[in-house]
Amino acid sequence: MRFTLNGRAVSFDGSGARRLLDVLREELGATGTKEGCGEGECGACSVLIDGEVVDSCLVAVGQVEGREVTTVEGLADGGRLTTLQRAFIEHGAAQCGICTPGMLLAAHVLLQQSKRLTAEDVREGLAGNLCRCTGYTKIIDAVLSCTQ
Amino acid sequence: MRPTLLTAVGRSVPRREGVDKVTGRARYTDDIPAPGAWYGKTIRSTVPRGRIRSITLDPAFDWQRVIIVTADDIPGDNVVHLIRDDQPVLVPKGGEIRHKEEPILLLAAADRSTLEEAARHIRIEYDPAEPVYELEQATEVFSTVDIVKGEVLEDVKHLKDVEVVERRFKVGLQEQLYIEPQGAIAFPEANGSIKIIGSLQCPYYVHRALKRALKLTDQQAVVIQAETGGGFGGKEEYPSIVAVHAALLARKAGRPVRLIYDRHEDLAATTKRHPGVIKHRTAVKKDGTLLSQDIEIVLDGGAYCTLTPVVLSRAAIHAAGAYSCPNVRIRARAVATNTPPNGAFRGFGAPQSLFAAELMVEHVAERLGMSSVDLRRKWMLRLGDTTATGQVLTESVGSELVLDAALKAAGTVRPSDRQTVRRGRGLSLVFHGSGFTGSGEKKLQGTIALEALADGTFRILTASTEIGQGTKTIFCQLAADALGVGMDKVVLAPQDTSLVPDSGPTVASRTAMIVGRLVQEAASEIEHRLKQEKPPLRVEKSYIQPDSIHWDETTYRGDAYPVYAWACTIADVDVDMTTGEVRVTDLVTAVDCGKALHPVMAEGQIEGGSLQAVGWATIEEIKMKDGGYQNDRLATYLIPTALDAPRIRTILVENPYSRGPFGAKGIGELPMDGPAPAIIAAIHNATGVWLDEIPATPEKVLAACASR
Repeated sequence: MRFTLNGRAVSFDGSGARRLLDVLREELGATGTKEGCGEGECGACSVLIDGEVVDSCLVAVGQVEGREVTTVEGLADGGRLTTLQRAFIEHGAAQCGICTPGMLLAAHVLLQQSKRLTAEDVREGLAGNLCRCTGYTKIIDAVLSCTQ
Repeated sequence: MRPTLLTAVGRSVPRREGVDKVTGRARYTDDIPAPGAWYGKTIRSTVPRGRIRSITLDPAFDWQRVIIVTADDIPGDNVVHLIRDDQPVLVPKGGEIRHKEEPILLLAAADRSTLEEAARHIRIEYDPAEPVYELEQATEVFSTVDIVKGEVLEDVKHLKDVEVVERRFKVGLQEQLYIEPQGAIAFPEANGSIKIIGSLQCPYYVHRALKRALKLTDQQAVVIQAETGGGFGGKEEYPSIVAVHAALLARKAGRPVRLIYDRHEDLAATTKRHPGVIKHRTAVKKDGTLLSQDIEIVLDGGAYCTLTPVVLSRAAIHAAGAYSCPNVRIRARAVATNTPPNGAFRGFGAPQSLFAAELMVEHVAERLGMSSVDLRRKWMLRLGDTTATGQVLTESVGSELVLDAALKAAGTVRPSDRQTVRRGRGLSLVFHGSGFTGSGEKKLQGTIALEALADGTFRILTASTEIGQGTKTIFCQLAADALGVGMDKVVLAPQDTSLVPDSGPTVASRTAMIVGRLVQEAASEIEHRLKQEKPPLRVEKSYIQPDSIHWDETTYRGDAYPVYAWACTIADVDVDMTTGEVRVTDLVTAVDCGKALHPVMAEGQIEGGSLQAVGWATIEEIKMKDGGYQNDRLATYLIPTALDAPRIRTILVENPYSRGPFGAKGIGELPMDGPAPAIIAAIHNATGVWLDEIPATPEKVLAACASR
């Protein structure tokens, strides 16, 4: 089957029933996507499918045939960090970093939907991504710093 | 040391590994390729207590497809090396099962489905025995601690103008819930060595465990920390088990083995925060003068000792709270039950005992009709005061500073605009000893090295790990300023036991303060020597206990910690009177950290710790069933999300400590101490009911309100 991963056409010959998470990590070398719980509770494995945030541990790779998948590796443009990535570093939004890839993708979508976000909007938008290090305050500050 | 111009310390420079973490390039254990590796799995007990009668491998399965490791395959001692030699690496046939989820067999296979299939073809039969769950019924005691200061009279009630307040508190289990589960990859090397790459806090703990169980020399055991997705104590001692298991499989398979836990296994089998019961009896004069504190602590250690005696020690030393009392008696014990072992978790016993101590201030204040803030001002430890262990506080006592700072920042409470919701505010004042307890640092003699290289750069060598708290960054800041060079000239060697000396475990709020100070001292010495000598140079520094620190382990008298960090937390809560739901709406915390080496990271650590404490106080509950955890999935064990979390406002108070690096004190654990009692006080302020037990679940809140 074929799909687009971070703007690049990729193909995978194995079973379509395999979890997208495993195919990304084990077949396509995209280990930036993490497994935290394997049952759609923590959001560490968040990826974008056609621009929407999805837990890749709950998606069979067959479901992304012909679609566009974006992982954390696809955020920076040719090594140039996005404003959001820079904000995460500057505000201390990444501590241990294991939730960061999923958190960045969820925040990226939020910022694409609207540039006028309140702290409540950000909390709601990131509620599916668990972080145990930061208490979320610095993550919310980082996302808000990217709004107009 | 002479004053240094600070260009890095005190500035929130970019995190060293920040770019790797925001681009997905950071390599955590399971991200590391291991060509030809097999997958490992642990087969665990399904009963809480008994003996293994038989282990049967179903002949219908082709066992050539897997590697099986039993206790018979352990070349060294069948012991998880830590404090006491009670915990086996694998329970042997005929051996005693002491808790559910105890490791019995290990399997490895080329793919996961073979592994699962093999596991289904193993049958283990037990001769069950009667398990012990209740603290009152537990007969095996892991350790006791007795602290006596002055004299606590048994009967003070007859004394004139004396009030005696008694109360019993209960605290529950808590899971560390690092988002990256436990995991290790073991690589057997041609020369008989085993290399471990794992998610861990303490490379040398794992190193010692490997040597012991696999009969390896210092050189044959190599432990490398991968990028680690959170620890909070959960990756202090448990990774020794994961690593030894992976190593046994790899040794037998003759190929690398990846042993990565899934969340369910991690929740079901790994260590938790010790639950316990704490009783207080406090005598005061009617004017609020504190006469005596009589405190009894019982902690549940679970089935094996792990670090329980050290947890109990910290619990006992902090049990009287941040207050000065002439007469104190603390009797603490930790007992064994047939539940999975409890272990290290941020705060290490202190959150449990401080929870009770802080609520006692509230209860006494209520009895006396005084403001609890005024009572704290009257009681609080100040410069020159003496703690329960007889330690005279000679410097950097921030009690009043943090209380004033938090009160100033908190402002006034606005009532809720929702009809069914009542809003309340609570406050707590806590202290937390930085570094190992008593003679711990002296015994350990943590060692670091610093090298001046020929190319003009400098390399720091320590075993202290980055687990999100900022070790990699602050060590470079400290070295750069002490050397008088830019941070770009300083690199940190990887946490690899074949390269770096043992600077001790990354625990006990000791990394910045104790190890960081060694980095600073080594850098100062190199800077000095470079005036006469040419690189390459190497300086090693080991911890030397200052002559002024005295500790008697047998009597528990003396300087329990080199210094204390202080915090005042003010929590606002909304209590929904129809559902019993408690929501923390605002949290202000003022922390005396000595010196903020990196303000953004210091705040981040305080905020994360505070939210972990909010979770412990409100929603994180583990329900037990037949000696196991009933809610051992992330769908049922809930931690705060961004929606549940209050905005946390941190105020850093800098009150330098003369022996800390540039004045810094350890603050890693402190934020876990204050929020829980502040939240319970806030619930009382909102509803008029006192809870003596956490978490304050809706059921408990409704029951307390109903029985009023």
